[in-house]
Amino acid sequence: MFVFIIRRFLYAIPIALAVAAVCFSLVHLAPGDPLTAIIPADAPAEVVIAIQQAYGMDRPLIVQFGSWIQRALQGDLGVSVATGRPVMGDIALALSNTLLLAFAAALLGFFGGILLGGLAAIYNGTWIDKLATALAITGVSIPHYWLGLLLVIIFSVQLDWLPSMGAGPGGSSDWRLDWAHLRHLVLPAVTMCFIPMGIVTRTVRATVSEILNSEFVTALYARGLRGRRIALHVAKNAAPTVLSVMGLQFGYLLGGSILVETVFSWPGTGYLLNTAIFQRDIPLLQGIILVLAMFFVGLNLLVDVLQTLMDPRIKRG
Amino acid sequence: MTSMTSPGAKENFALAAETAAVSRGYWTTVWTRLVRDPVSVGCALVLLLMVLIAVFAPWLAPYDPSQGTMLKRLSPIGTEGHWLGTDELGRDMLSRLMHGGQMSLLMGLMPVFIAFLVGTSLGLIAGFFGGWINSLIMRTTDVFFAFPAVLLAIAISGALGAGFVNAIISLTLVFIPPIARVAESVTTSVRNLDFVEAARASGAGNFTIIRVHVLGNVLGPVFIYATSLVSVCMILAAGLSFLGLGVRPPVPEWGLMLNTLRQSIYIQPWISVLPGLMIFITSLCFNLLSDGLRSAMDIKR
Amino acid sequence: MSALLRVQDLKKYFPVGKDLLGRPTQVVQAVDGVSFSVEKGRTLGIVGESGCGKSTTARLLMHLIEPDEGRISIRGKEFGRIGGRHPVAELRRQMQMVFQDSYASLNPRLTIEDSIAFGPQIHGVSEREARQQARDLLDKVGLNPNIFIRRYPHELSGGQRQRVNIARALAIKPEIVILDEAVSALDKSVQAQVLNLLADLKKEFGLTYLFISHDLNVVQYISDDVMVMYLGQVVESGPVEQLYQNPSHPYTRALLSSVPSQTPHQRKQHKVLEGDPPNPIAPPSGCRFHPRCELARPICAARQPDNVRVSGAHQAACFALPDSSGYSEYIQLQEVCA
Repeated sequence: MFVFIIRRFLYAIPIALAVAAVCFSLVHLAPGDPLTAIIPADAPAEVVIAIQQAYGMDRPLIVQFGSWIQRALQGDLGVSVATGRPVMGDIALALSNTLLLAFAAALLGFFGGILLGGLAAIYNGTWIDKLATALAITGVSIPHYWLGLLLVIIFSVQLDWLPSMGAGPGGSSDWRLDWAHLRHLVLPAVTMCFIPMGIVTRTVRATVSEILNSEFVTALYARGLRGRRIALHVAKNAAPTVLSVMGLQFGYLLGGSILVETVFSWPGTGYLLNTAIFQRDIPLLQGIILVLAMFFVGLNLLVDVLQTLMDPRIKRG
Repeated sequence: MTSMTSPGAKENFALAAETAAVSRGYWTTVWTRLVRDPVSVGCALVLLLMVLIAVFAPWLAPYDPSQGTMLKRLSPIGTEGHWLGTDELGRDMLSRLMHGGQMSLLMGLMPVFIAFLVGTSLGLIAGFFGGWINSLIMRTTDVFFAFPAVLLAIAISGALGAGFVNAIISLTLVFIPPIARVAESVTTSVRNLDFVEAARASGAGNFTIIRVHVLGNVLGPVFIYATSLVSVCMILAAGLSFLGLGVRPPVPEWGLMLNTLRQSIYIQPWISVLPGLMIFITSLCFNLLSDGLRSAMDIKR
Repeated sequence: MSALLRVQDLKKYFPVGKDLLGRPTQVVQAVDGVSFSVEKGRTLGIVGESGCGKSTTARLLMHLIEPDEGRISIRGKEFGRIGGRHPVAELRRQMQMVFQDSYASLNPRLTIEDSIAFGPQIHGVSEREARQQARDLLDKVGLNPNIFIRRYPHELSGGQRQRVNIARALAIKPEIVILDEAVSALDKSVQAQVLNLLADLKKEFGLTYLFISHDLNVVQYISDDVMVMYLGQVVESGPVEQLYQNPSHPYTRALLSSVPSQTPHQRKQHKVLEGDPPNPIAPPSGCRFHPRCELARPICAARQPDNVRVSGAHQAACFALPDSSGYSEYIQLQEVCA
């Protein structure tokens, strides 16, 4: 098992490198020169070359990739083509907002999903089960950006209960734990919790009902165990599967928040990515995707290792 | 009975008496089970209706979807002549929703279809041949698995630029790795079954074994998985348009309509809900149909 | 009479485990130097506990697994993938195999007819002719073609499916059929029917069988010769009556005494075979059976015993055999020293 964990760690290194290569090559997918955004169309040839040299874009690709990686490891992701500011600072701020939103949504979604899925498994076949299943399938079928819009229409436009835009009053992008800021968090977090809730509900329902139908639970009942003691056994056996699904879902929340952030003008990575795309700000685009993808790689690693540690059956050699 | 004395005669006889001589193939059985499920049939009908409306929109729609008068802009739902109101440029919403189905359905189905072809082939090759071919293909898909799907689609679209073709390319790239992974694991398990060994023992070559013995057993499970992706693809495709990365105006498309109508939620909130509702209904139907298909194909031996 | 099938020194080691760089850390010596020969028209039974390499031997013979070492020849023609040998495809026309799991060895998506007609078509028989052959063969294995030809595997019972598998193997018109635990998964009554069918088919088509099983009674019933395997090696072989009446290797004796006798008053006090077979990853040194053997002496751990002739074609690999020089020499040596 130990060997497996070490191998899993080692395996993450080439994956991370390959992920970085994909992010880097995104620039070259783009039609035209990545510098078109700042080079005037009528600029003379020598000016164009000078700018290219300044950004290091005249060197061979592999050299550019090497120095990009080297600088990225030191926390330098380059300078925004649009603003001229270092990309890292903007990304760090945006990432903290995205993480906040993802945590809030994950908390709601996981709690709701475990509750619904557990109830559905215990009351298998009753109306509770049907309701939970219906909610789960709605959760995975609903376009979440549309759900966000719907919530804005109901709670902001019609009822005027909650704000619809930004992370805080007056367009503030610094998070503070007070009522004014919490109010801004409610709608985007509720919008985003639906997908993980649906998926966790499905997983918990399937896993728990399988465990409840297994012979060892029958044996526990036969030994006279009841209620809470049984629940403990079930939880221990369901945990590895459910945890790994939750880990992946948290990763999807980080990467999938772009649409919801756009709906609510939430100053996170998604919103920043959107800006980068439309200003064709390639260093910013690369940087955001790299940071998010690395988060996801790390999360996958963590989930795998946790699962190996928790599930004695997995002895991958 | 040809030989009543042969030891199997009794077995023959019992089976002949118990079932009629008509024997049904796997897919016939799946079909019968599917049409007995009311939810699946209902969803299939709704989807069929949507496809028909989208295809025949030019003849069915009451108005030209790209013509409108600013005088009538943002009329509410129920306005005479415009049942579902008009949009921010005064174009008839009903006509636009009918035409919008063309692009939205196409963008939901086409990437999954192409990815199904490519991903299944890759997975088949990786799973059947194993070894370094498997490592090469599966480790490459691992890299794409390191990106959340939404992020990958938006990143590729963002880099390629907006447009229908680019959106299709990016969505296809997103769905190839998961399909390849499923196809690979199914192929690996089929490859190790005795009938593949038996086929090899009868002297068949790799290509024949794949065509006759592996493909038929792999396509089913991979197909179910691919159908479950259609709903995700619909939502993602509309999402790309919603961000302005999909089709470009004035082409009617549900995601794009949602984007432009978003500006008007303070004036006519319920009109802006309509395109999203269409995406939701379609995606829900695809999900339920996929679930129905999955349980219909789950035949115990 | 010269041998139809001759196997010499067959070997297969499987790598297992992975270190940090994914290199194999250990090998399983699944089949380690197996040699035997079968004469035309006879049935060779191969017995042993699970994991002894019986099935691997079968798969090596068919080249479903590539052997590491060894020669396989039919009628003196050597087959294999090494240059100069006859191609594996030709080998597979002369030798066919029936697997244990009757369900897994039929493609669930094909009808019985398609499954049987598949092999001949590979070898160039026209589709029409292959289908006619399939009908004839179904009849031969005791299944009414009119009823079964268009059925799917899941609609058949285990016994019926195994009959189909036999028909499928025969469709290629092989001389040798390997039956790898072919009746082990069947009920006793069905087993008897299939065994009788196999005997009939052997007579009709002049077949030669390799009958692999862990069931000693079945092997005794169907075989002419028997070969006992332990941890990838042959420990004893010989004609069935001699081997069953005079088991000479301690392992064979233990195996046979664990079979309940058909007649109660003949039951003796059993010499029970204790423990599981050792791990084939790290097989014991010398004679591989010595850790479980009641006759074991120090020499058994030190050297591998050679084959010793018991009588006629009956031979066993054990130091304790009367004319086995090593064991007695060693005992004498010890006595001298003492």
